[in-house]
Amino acid sequence: MKHRTFFWFFLPTALAMLVFIAAPLVSIIMQSVFVPHEAVLIESENCGPFGCTKSTTVDQEATAQLRADQPLGRFVGFDIYKDRGHLATAEVGNAWRSSDSFGDFFSALGNLPFYRSLAFTLTYTFVCTPLLIMLGFAIAVGVNSLNKAVKGFVIFFSLLPMIVTPLVGALVLFWMVDSRGILGNFLSYLANDPTLSLKASTPLMWISLIVYGIWSSAPFAFVVFYAGLQTVPQDTLESAQIDGATRWQQIRYVIIPHLMPLVTFVALIQLMDNFRVFEPIIGFSAEAHATSLSWIIFNDLGGETRQLTAAATTSVLTVIGVAILLSPVLVRTWRDFKGKAH
Amino acid sequence: MSTQAKYRPTWLKIGSVVFIAVWLIIAAFPFIWTLWGSFKIELDFFSIADWTNAFYGRNTEATYGSPFTLAGYEGAWIKEGFGQNVINTFIVCFFVVATSLTIGTLGAYALSRSSYNYVFWLLITALIFRAIPPITLVSGYLPPFFQYNVWGFLPTAIIVLVAINQPFTLWMLNSFFQKIPQDLDESAKVDGCTQFQAFRLVIMPVMWPGVITTGLFSFLLAYNDFAVTSMLLAESNRTMIPAINAFLGTTQTEGNVMFAVAAVVSATVPLFILVMFFQRQIVSGLTAGAVKG
Repeated sequence: MKHRTFFWFFLPTALAMLVFIAAPLVSIIMQSVFVPHEAVLIESENCGPFGCTKSTTVDQEATAQLRADQPLGRFVGFDIYKDRGHLATAEVGNAWRSSDSFGDFFSALGNLPFYRSLAFTLTYTFVCTPLLIMLGFAIAVGVNSLNKAVKGFVIFFSLLPMIVTPLVGALVLFWMVDSRGILGNFLSYLANDPTLSLKASTPLMWISLIVYGIWSSAPFAFVVFYAGLQTVPQDTLESAQIDGATRWQQIRYVIIPHLMPLVTFVALIQLMDNFRVFEPIIGFSAEAHATSLSWIIFNDLGGETRQLTAAATTSVLTVIGVAILLSPVLVRTWRDFKGKAH
Repeated sequence: MSTQAKYRPTWLKIGSVVFIAVWLIIAAFPFIWTLWGSFKIELDFFSIADWTNAFYGRNTEATYGSPFTLAGYEGAWIKEGFGQNVINTFIVCFFVVATSLTIGTLGAYALSRSSYNYVFWLLITALIFRAIPPITLVSGYLPPFFQYNVWGFLPTAIIVLVAINQPFTLWMLNSFFQKIPQDLDESAKVDGCTQFQAFRLVIMPVMWPGVITTGLFSFLLAYNDFAVTSMLLAESNRTMIPAINAFLGTTQTEGNVMFAVAAVVSATVPLFILVMFFQRQIVSGLTAGAVKG
C-alpha cells in the first residue's frame, strides 16, 4: 500500500489515539510538575481614629494577569513526587534511619499511602497471575477430555466470571463473603469464631480480593489454553505414547512446551490487567485494608475537591510501573524486529 | 488415532469430571445465588440467624406474604430511575461499537496491507497504549473538558471510550485482516478498483466474522467500563455501572442494599444473553490475539 493511501486510511484512528491517549499522557506529566497559581494577595493597612487594621484582599487583576502569563501554572519540579502522598522521600529517609530492622522499615512504609497501595497492587499482580494460569490450564485439560455434548455448556458457564462487569462480579462475590453472607457465615462457623469478618481482617480481605482476581481471570486463561490444546500435534503425542511416556510426562514434555507461547501471551495480558486492579476494591469496600494505585487516582479525582495535581502525579508513577512491567516484552519484540531486519 | 492411546484410567476420568463440576459451581453459583436472593428482602439475602432463610425466604414471606418479592426491582427501576441508566448504557454502547468499528477497520486494514517499518512501530505504540490503565488518563481529560464545557455529556464519554478502545480493536482486526489473502485486493485492483473500493466491496464482505467478534469486545469494554464513565459523566447522564456504585453509596446506609442487588442482576442479564448467542465468537476473539503467539 502506498504511503499516501496508508495515511488516509489510518488518519481517523491515529487522530483518536493522539487526541485522547497521547495528549492526555503529555498533559498528566505537565500537571505533575506544575501547580495552579495561588491568588495574588494584597495586604493593606487601614488607619482610622481608633488605630490601624490590616486586611488582605485578592488582587483579581494581578491574579488573572499571572494566570494568563503562565497558563501552565507554577513550576515546582519534582516537589509533588516527593510529598507525603506520593514517593514521600523525606518520610522514607526518616524511616530508614530510625528503624532497627527491615521489618520496622517496611511497617513504616506501610503507613505511607503510595507504598501501601503499591504493596497491594504488586502482591495482587504477582500472586493472581501465576495462580490463574495454573487454574486455567487445569480447567482446559479437564474440559478437553469431556464429552462433546457437555463442552458447550461448560464453556458457557466458565465464561461468565470473565464476561461479567468487574464491579458486578466483585459485588456478587462480596455479598457472599461478607460477614452477613453465606460464605462469610460458613467461614466463621468453620473457624469457630463468630466475630470473624471480612471488614475487620486485612489478611482475609487480601485473600478475598486475590480469589476474586483468580475467579474473574481464570476463564480467559482457560479459553486460550483450550484453543491451544486443539492444535497439539497428535503425531508427537502418539510417538510419546509409543515410547511409553506416562500421562504426566506427555503433559510435561509435549503439551506444555506446545502451549508455552500462549502462556507468555496470557501472562503478559494478565500482568497488564491485574496491575490496574480497581473495581474489586470498590466492590469489596476494601479501602481500609487494601488500596491500589488506580484506586488512589480515582479517590483523588472524585469528591468535591478534584485534586488533579495529586492524581496526575500518581498517574505518571502508575504509567512508569506499567512501562517497567512491559519492558521485557518490548525489548524482546525489538530484538526480534532487529533480527528480522538484518 | 488408536483407542489405546486415548485410554484413561477410571480414577483419572472421575477426578477430572469432579474437578470440572467443582469449577462450574465456583463459576456459576455466585450468579445463581444472587439471582435467587434478589427476590428476597435484605433480612433473607443476608441471613445471619439461619442460612436456610435465604433459601426459603421466611422473612420475605412474613413481610410480603410470599417467599418472592419484586420490591428490590421496584425500588431500583421505579424509585431510583434505573431505566434511564440502562438507556444511557445502550446509547453509549451502540455509538462506541459503531464508531470504533468504522475507524478501526479502516486503520487495521491499512496496517495489514502495508509492509513498511512504521507498521511495526504503530502496532507497538498501540500495544503500549493498550497497557496504560485508562484511569491514569482521566486527570488529563478533566481540565480541557471543563474549559470547553463538554464534561458530563454522553457524546464526550463515547468519544473517549472509542479512543481508549482503538489499540485493542486495531490489534484484533489486524489479526483478522491478515487471514484474508492479499491476492483478493490485488485482483480487485487489477479489475480497476481503487484501494478504498477494494476494501469496501471485496474485503469487508468476507470480513464479517472478524467485525462481529471485535464489535462484541468493543461492546463489552463500553458496557463494563466503570472508572472512565463514572469520572466523565454527570449524575443525570450516568450509565448502569456508575449508577450501581452510586446505589451502594446512598442506599446501603438506608438499608436498601436490595436495590443494588436488583440492579446488579439487571445489569448481568444482557451479558448472559450475549454469551449465550455469541459464545463461539467470544472464544474465537480471545484466541485471535493468541494464535500468532
